[in-house]
Amino acid sequence: MQDPAAGHLATQATSSFTEHLQRSRPELLPFNQVLPAGQIPPVPHATTIVALSYPGGVLMAGDRRATMGNVIASRHIEKVFPADDYSVLGIAGTAGLAIDITRLFQVELEHYEKIEGTLLSLDGKANRLGAMIRGNLPMAMQGLAVIPLFAGFDQAAGVGRLFSYDVTGGRYEELEHHSVGSGSVFARGALKKLWRPSLTEDEAVAVAVEALYDAADDDSATGGPDPVRQLWPVVYTVTRAGARRVSERELATIAGSIIESRAAAGREA
Amino acid sequence: MTQQFYVSPEQLMKDRADFARKGIARGRSVVVISCADGIALVAENPSPSLHKIGEIYDKIAFAAVGKYNEFESLRQAGVRYADVRGYSYDREDVTARGLASVYAQSLGAVFTAEQKPFEVELAVAEVGHTQVEDHLYRLTFDGSIADENGFVVMGGLAEQVAEVVAGGWKADLSLAGALRLAVKALATDKDVDALPGTAVEAAVLDRSPESGRGSRRAFRRLRAEEITQLLAGEA
Repeated sequence: MQDPAAGHLATQATSSFTEHLQRSRPELLPFNQVLPAGQIPPVPHATTIVALSYPGGVLMAGDRRATMGNVIASRHIEKVFPADDYSVLGIAGTAGLAIDITRLFQVELEHYEKIEGTLLSLDGKANRLGAMIRGNLPMAMQGLAVIPLFAGFDQAAGVGRLFSYDVTGGRYEELEHHSVGSGSVFARGALKKLWRPSLTEDEAVAVAVEALYDAADDDSATGGPDPVRQLWPVVYTVTRAGARRVSERELATIAGSIIESRAAAGREA
Repeated sequence: MTQQFYVSPEQLMKDRADFARKGIARGRSVVVISCADGIALVAENPSPSLHKIGEIYDKIAFAAVGKYNEFESLRQAGVRYADVRGYSYDREDVTARGLASVYAQSLGAVFTAEQKPFEVELAVAEVGHTQVEDHLYRLTFDGSIADENGFVVMGGLAEQVAEVVAGGWKADLSLAGALRLAVKALATDKDVDALPGTAVEAAVLDRSPESGRGSRRAFRRLRAEEITQLLAGEA
């Protein structure tokens, strides 16, 4: 906008918001900084995210706890966000950076949609997220890693798909279900036992909440359902109709029945 | 070496303005109308993919007449301005007033400094919670900016079209009513009574998108069937 001559605008033209920031306002990017030598002070970490597919869609759920060392930094943090109308992402790792990367990713997708007049393909979205995580690699090497999980509905193929990432931005398509974060090993075990190919949406929500319950049971950095404060996991479903946040009321019922059945079983381990 | 003729600044600016006006007058008109359901943006445009109306931000839309490549570059610059601003401050800090004044500066700078002025006229619309909070700005090729009330008409036979809109405009028009009025006005310079739905490009900024669609983005492009359906609802 500084030099509005048409020729200049054309050379600046890009459909990517991140590229535009890189050129015009690099200081606004969450990564792209050189950290000075020294110890990184403790910062909040977000932990377990689970995602699973079911006929007609995908679902992602995250617990509500952020930890800083052995202290609970937040009981209310949200780690699953809608990326656009047809995709969601969940984040584990350094909370501050992860939230900023999420914000950047949301603007990136909306910006592309407005400039081009069409939605980015699901693979395109997954690749853009990978590029952002790779951009964060220098920070990850200092200990400030962000690991996302991405799920969306592929309009062209008519199915829900899941993508996981490593710190280098490597993108891996996951089948059936996946989990990231410190509690993920326990959640994976639960998902393996509970997941079936023919889950309905309601059953899939229950499976995700139960997997998070198992993660919280054994991982101190993952928070379980909190009936005292009425805090339940954040769950999003994505279908052909778009992304939808599962209501607190539905989650209270599901979490309540899980707690009840576990209490009734009265088992120790 | 040939001697340059002296041209007075008055003459130079007048020539530029005439040139830009001619370019704009060749184009088909666009109507932006504030109504009870939101703000309707309606253009005569047979192309289904080259838009004259576009989304800028949550509650802000853009409409233009004139040279496509020029207003398209301005639209994209507007989207970049709004997205950077919303990302670095907050989404609610992006306003039509801010965007319109940036457009005014850009257009003004091009008009005085560049080889050739932009042959465009723009409207920037922001929908509010109530009709009183709606903002409609009209920007011309020389960077002039006007805060309009109720509706904006731009393009070829703007005066004729504006007359029809002014005759039929009421604050409590429904979306269908606003669309019918705009299409009727756009057809004034044609031999036909009404434009077919396929020759009309229309979009709406919904007044309450959060409750209606669960999205903070108020802009919604109307599909051809939807336009035909709204136009046919005449009773």
